[in-house]
Amino acid sequence: MQLLEWIANIPTLINHHNELLLMGLWLTVKITFTAVVVGIIWGTVLALMRLSNIKLLNIFARGYVNLFRSIPLLLVLLWFYLALPQAIKYLFQLPPYADVRIASAMIAFALFEAAYYSEIIRAGINAVSKGQYHAAFALGMTKGQTMRLIILPQAFRAMIPLLLTQGIILFQDTSLVYVMSLIDLFGASVTQIGMAQGGTAKYSMIIFAAISYFVICFSASRLVNYLKKD
Amino acid sequence: MITLKNISKWYGRFQVLKDCTTQVEKGEVVVVCGPSGSGKSTLIKTVNGLEPVQKGKIFIGDTEITSNSTNLARLRSRVGMVFQHFELFPHLTILKNLTLAQIKVLGRSDDEAKEKALSLLERVGLSAHANKLPGQLSGGQQQRVAIARALCMDPVVMLFDEPTSALDPEMVNEVLDVMVELAYEGMTMMVVTHEMGFARKVANRVIFMDKGEIIEDTSKEQFFSDPQTDRAKDFLAKIIH
Repeated sequence: MQLLEWIANIPTLINHHNELLLMGLWLTVKITFTAVVVGIIWGTVLALMRLSNIKLLNIFARGYVNLFRSIPLLLVLLWFYLALPQAIKYLFQLPPYADVRIASAMIAFALFEAAYYSEIIRAGINAVSKGQYHAAFALGMTKGQTMRLIILPQAFRAMIPLLLTQGIILFQDTSLVYVMSLIDLFGASVTQIGMAQGGTAKYSMIIFAAISYFVICFSASRLVNYLKKD
Repeated sequence: MITLKNISKWYGRFQVLKDCTTQVEKGEVVVVCGPSGSGKSTLIKTVNGLEPVQKGKIFIGDTEITSNSTNLARLRSRVGMVFQHFELFPHLTILKNLTLAQIKVLGRSDDEAKEKALSLLERVGLSAHANKLPGQLSGGQQQRVAIARALCMDPVVMLFDEPTSALDPEMVNEVLDVMVELAYEGMTMMVVTHEMGFARKVANRVIFMDKGEIIEDTSKEQFFSDPQTDRAKDFLAKIIH
């Protein structure tokens, strides 16, 4: 019966701290969005490198993908938390006290996700039939035009559900930014409100966080299923 | 117009083309036939360099396809090709399928390209479908669009790679009719097909291939009335019931 009590306490807790929660959610959305957009662009470049005839690009892309796919995301984040802020401050000549944790988190996620996106995109490109290349070449298009105008648009159309699904996974993974002591949706509910309030508040807020992630991700995946049907 | 000189091609250790030599004159219609796996599709794809060859030389006009210094893309823009599976671009409307290469490759203006496209759609009887997607058309209609798309580029020669083999029987004629009309207008054509009716009607010459070799290369009259090799006789007996 304690569980019901914890749940019953949720509304009061969120009412008192709705601003903090919204700020957390906003950070989660910002990181997810940048990582998806940059990840897809960089992932496309990596996929094209992987498919190109130029050996050096090939080796680079293969190495990159294998590296990021073999390291836990948590480690990558920690690494970027420790090393990247210095680099960013140096590159943009920011003062030492500048807070670049959010930028570091976005870069880390984007670089990490690009490795996964590039594999999805590579599969999508390979799924377009050879005849389409022949048709484009026969019309006098160059390799670049063929890729840009004919192959990639078809590949992306087929891949949209997979890319979005990967985005949903990423949305959940952003909760790991707590290692950078950033306050996202998870950090705001569990650490900032739950732990700080003491007592049973932490149980209530853990339940609340779980419900929030579930509702957002479940609706998003329903949307993906709906898109798949067309 | 087209000259193939002693071309050979291997897939790994398997030789798909063996020392093939032939030519197509301007205004000529040449039909290439033979049993499946005889290399005829590969042969026609070597003409515009879609399939590279390991030995021999290929010329279109005075330009050598097989030379490294040739701008293949530019050359291909004047060589029309129609494929067995149509290969329209499924993400673009019919009109866009016809204008894209005109604009991006030949540098025509949007209006000019559109005008050309619409007049060619009219010619293949499909003006009403300009704004549909390829998937909304029947196979025969798609193949007619594919022919119109190739003609938009003002080709000096047209290559057809089994243009009717993927069609339902009732749609074969609508495509052949367009091709016959094109032949009568004097278009230089190289056609890989099993449609012997088409060959009888418009071909000047017939090339018969088997196991990667050109084993007959004669006038249509001679090929149908007096084939020289047993393999050709056998093939004709099977295909003409």
